[in-house]
Amino acid sequence: MSLTRSISNFLFKHPNGFLTLLLAPPLLWLGIAFLGSLSVFLFHAFFSIDEFSGFIKYEFTLSTFAELFRLSNFDVIIRSLVMATAVTLASVVIAFPFAYFAARYARGKWKALFYILVMLPLWSSYLVKVYAWKLILAKEGIISWLAGELHLTWALDALLAIPVIGGPSLSISFLGTFLVFVYVWLPFMILPTQAALERVPVNLIDASSDLGGTPAQTFRHVIFPLALPGIIAGSIFTFSLTLGDYIIPQIIGNSSYFLGQTVYTLQGTAGNIPLAAAFTVVPIVIMGIYLAIAKRMGAFDAL
Amino acid sequence: MTTAVSFQNISRYFGPVRAVDEVTLDIAEGEFFAMLGPSGSGKTTCLRLIAGFEQPTSGHMEIFGVTSEGVPPYQRNVNTVFQDYALFPHMTVLDNVAYGLMVKGVDKPTRHHKAQEALTLVALGSFGSRRPSQLSGGQRQRVALARALVNEPKVLLLDEPLGALDLKLREQMQVELKALQRNLGITFVFVTHDQGEALSMADRVAIFNDGKIVQVGSPEDIYERPNTKFVADFVGSSNVLSPAFSKSAGGPEKWASLRPEKINILPAKVKPSPGQQSASTKIVAVHYQGSVTRLNTRTVGGETINVTVPSSLGKFTEGDEVMLHWPQEALHIMAGEA
Amino acid sequence: MRSEGSPLLLKIAALACVAFLHVPLLLIFLYAFTTEEKSFQFPPPGYTAKWFGIVWERQDIWDAIGLSVKVASIATFLALILGTCAAAAISRAKFFGRDHISLLFILPIALPGIVTGIALRSAFGIMDIPFSTWTIVLGHTTFCMVVVYNNVLARFRRTSGSMIEASMDLGADGFQTFRYVVLPQIASALLAGGMLAFALSFDEVIVTTFTAGQQSTLPIWMLNELIRPRQRPITNVVAIFVIAVTFVPILAAYYLTREGEHTGGTGK
Repeated sequence: MSLTRSISNFLFKHPNGFLTLLLAPPLLWLGIAFLGSLSVFLFHAFFSIDEFSGFIKYEFTLSTFAELFRLSNFDVIIRSLVMATAVTLASVVIAFPFAYFAARYARGKWKALFYILVMLPLWSSYLVKVYAWKLILAKEGIISWLAGELHLTWALDALLAIPVIGGPSLSISFLGTFLVFVYVWLPFMILPTQAALERVPVNLIDASSDLGGTPAQTFRHVIFPLALPGIIAGSIFTFSLTLGDYIIPQIIGNSSYFLGQTVYTLQGTAGNIPLAAAFTVVPIVIMGIYLAIAKRMGAFDAL
Repeated sequence: MTTAVSFQNISRYFGPVRAVDEVTLDIAEGEFFAMLGPSGSGKTTCLRLIAGFEQPTSGHMEIFGVTSEGVPPYQRNVNTVFQDYALFPHMTVLDNVAYGLMVKGVDKPTRHHKAQEALTLVALGSFGSRRPSQLSGGQRQRVALARALVNEPKVLLLDEPLGALDLKLREQMQVELKALQRNLGITFVFVTHDQGEALSMADRVAIFNDGKIVQVGSPEDIYERPNTKFVADFVGSSNVLSPAFSKSAGGPEKWASLRPEKINILPAKVKPSPGQQSASTKIVAVHYQGSVTRLNTRTVGGETINVTVPSSLGKFTEGDEVMLHWPQEALHIMAGEA
Repeated sequence: MRSEGSPLLLKIAALACVAFLHVPLLLIFLYAFTTEEKSFQFPPPGYTAKWFGIVWERQDIWDAIGLSVKVASIATFLALILGTCAAAAISRAKFFGRDHISLLFILPIALPGIVTGIALRSAFGIMDIPFSTWTIVLGHTTFCMVVVYNNVLARFRRTSGSMIEASMDLGADGFQTFRYVVLPQIASALLAGGMLAFALSFDEVIVTTFTAGQQSTLPIWMLNELIRPRQRPITNVVAIFVIAVTFVPILAAYYLTREGEHTGGTGK
C-alpha cells in the first residue's frame, strides 16, 4: 500500500485527528500572534505608570481605567463616538438610494457594473483615497474653486464659520474629517444594504401596493424593515472602522484627538502603555455591545 | 444464495439522536432491495453505512462476508448514485465516468474505452465531451449511473435517484432501472420515500420508521399484509381500523387494515351476500378523480373509512347513507401493536 | 418583474453616489500631470509628464516598492495555506466551539486595525523581537488570512458536500480527492483570495506603522508624505501606481469568483 493511501486510511479512521491537523496551523497563528499579544497588551490596563520614573508599575490597579473618565480623556471617547455615529448615519443616507437602485432596477450588465463601481473604491488604496481628499479639500483645491465659479464662496465661508465643525479650511475642520470618513467607509455600507434589498421579493412590494399601500407606506412598512439587517451589518463596519481609525484625523482635521490617535500617541511618544491599553479596551467594549445588539437584530445573516 | 449486505444489530447515533437503532438485515446477492420510509426514518443513514460514509456506533456489518467497520468508502466495492448526482462540474461527462478507473490507475485508453461503453449503456454515447451543466436532469441522472456502474460494483446504492425528476421521466427511469438491474445482476439497494417507486421496482422492501425496520417483505406482502398501523398507513392509503370496529364487522378484536379499492358499495339497508363483512356508513366527502371516485365515509361509531369506486358506478352525494362490504380476507388483521 | 423605469430622483441620487465614489480617484490622475509643485491648486496651472520620469529615478521609492512586494508575497503565501486550512475545517465538520472559532477567524478584520497593530507592537517589545520584514509579514498574514478564509469558505459552501463523498465512493483516497476534486473546485477562489490578500497587504498602513519600525513600505512612504508634504507631484504619481497595482488584482478576483459561480452551481 502506498504511503499516501496509508495516511488517508489513518486520517479516515481518525476524523478528529484530521480536523485537528487542519485547525491547528490557523488557530495557533491567530491564538499566539493575535489573541496572545492582544490579551497581554490589554492586561497592561490593570497596571499603572509611575508618575516620577515613567516606568510601568506592575501592580494590579483600576486607577488607569479611572483615568479614562478624566475630562480630557473622556472628551476623546465622546468625540469619537459622535463622529462614528454621524459617519454611520450619513453613510446610510447616501448608500440607500444607490443600493436600492442597484438592487431593484439594475439588470444584467448594469448590475455587474454597479457591483464593480462599489468594489473598486472599497478595495482601492486607503491612503490614496485619503490623499485624494487632501487634494479636494485644500484651501486652493477643487471645492474652493467650484464655490468660486458658482459664486457660492459665501456659502462655503458660512459653512466654515459654524463653530465646532467649521475651521479655517475644509481640510482643517471636523467637517472635512467627517467627509473623508464617509467617503472611505461608504462602500462597506452599500454592499450589505444592497444584498439585503436584493433579498426582498418583488411580490412583497406588489402585495403591499395591492393592499392599498402608498409607495411611502410600502417603503416604511415593507422595504425598510426588510433592509434593516443589511443596514445594521453595514453599520458594524462604518462604526468600527471610524472608531479605530487614527490616520484620517491626523491628515485631515483640526488636530483634535480621536481614540485611535490617542492610543497611538500614548503607546508611542508618551510611552504610557497602561493608559493606551485602557483606551484600546474602549472600542473593543463598544464594538462588543454593538455586535451583541446587531446579532439580536439579525444582522449577522446579512453579512 | 450469497448474502450481499448483512447488518447485525447495527446502530448509528448522532449525539442523542438514534438515526439507526438496532437494525438487523440481510440483503441477498442480485436482489433489488428498497428502503422505504418517511424522511428522518434512518433509511438514508443505512445506505451511508453501507457506502462507508458513516460508521456504525455499535453492531456488526459485512459486505459479501467481509467485515466493513472501519473500511473507508474508497476500499469498498460498492458505488453510490447520489440524490443530487454529485457530478464533478469541472470535468467532462466522459472524465466523470472514467474517474473511478483513473484513481485506480487504469491507463487512459482503457478507461476511456470503458467509460464510453458505460455511457452507451445508459444511452448517452454521444455526450462524453459535454459538461454536466449542459445536461438535463434526466441525463445527469444517467451519467451518475454510468459513473457508478463502470466500476463494476458488487452493490449499487441509489439514494432517492429519481427524486429530482418530473413524473413522466421518473416512470420511464423506473422501468429502465429495473431492466438494467435484471441484465447486470448487480445487487441494488434503493432508498426512497415514494411507496409507488418501491413497490413497482423492488424484489423486497424494508419499511423504516424512527430508525427501526418495521417490516421487510415482498411488495405484495407489504401492501396486502402490513403488520403495523404505521405500515398500513404509510404504504398506499389503507384504512386503519380499530379493534372494536374489526370485531363489530365480524373479525377478531385487533387493529386491522382494509384497502379502499377492496370495498364494494351498496345502497343503505341492502344486505350483503353471505361470507362478506359489512358496515353501514354515511358519505362525508366525495372526491371525483376521473376514472375513480374517492369517498370519505364515517360509521355511526366514528370510524372513518375511505372507499375507492369506479366513477361509472354512479353519482354519490354527501350525506348519502351507504352499506360497505368486502370479502372477509380483505380485512387484514395486523400482528404488530403500534 | 416590474416594467416601469426607476423614479428620476432615485436615479439622480444613485448617480450622485457613483460620482462621489469615483471623482476623487479621477482627480489624482489629473494632479499627476500638474506643473504646480507647492500646493494643490485647482485647476492646475499647466500640465507635464515629467514627474513620471523623476519617480522612475528615485531609489527610495523603488526600495519601498520592493519591500511592499516582498511582504505582500510572503504574507499572501502564508495566508493561502492558513486560510484554506481554516475554511476546510469550518466547512467540513460541526464540532464543539465551531462558532467561536469561526468568530475568531474574522476577528482580525472585525476589530479596528489599530488593535491588531498595537497588540503586536507590544508583544514584540515584551519579547525583544527586533523589527524586520518578518514582523511586518506577521501582522499582514493575520488579516490576509481572513480574506482567503472568507473566499474559500464561500466556495466550499457553494460546492455540494456529496462531491467529496462521490469521489471517495469511486475509489479515491483523501489525497486523490483533494487533488482531483477539491483543488479544481476551489482553485479560482484561492486565486481570488490570494489576489485580494496581495492587494490588501500591498496597501496596508495601519498595522504596518506598528510593526515596521524604521522600514518603509510604499504605504508608509506615502503616509509620511501625507503628514509632511514635501514632494507633492511625486506622491501623485506614486498614488497612481498604487491604484494600478491594486485595481488589477481586484478586477481579476471579481472575474474569477464570478466565473466560479457558474461552475460551482448555485450562486449566492
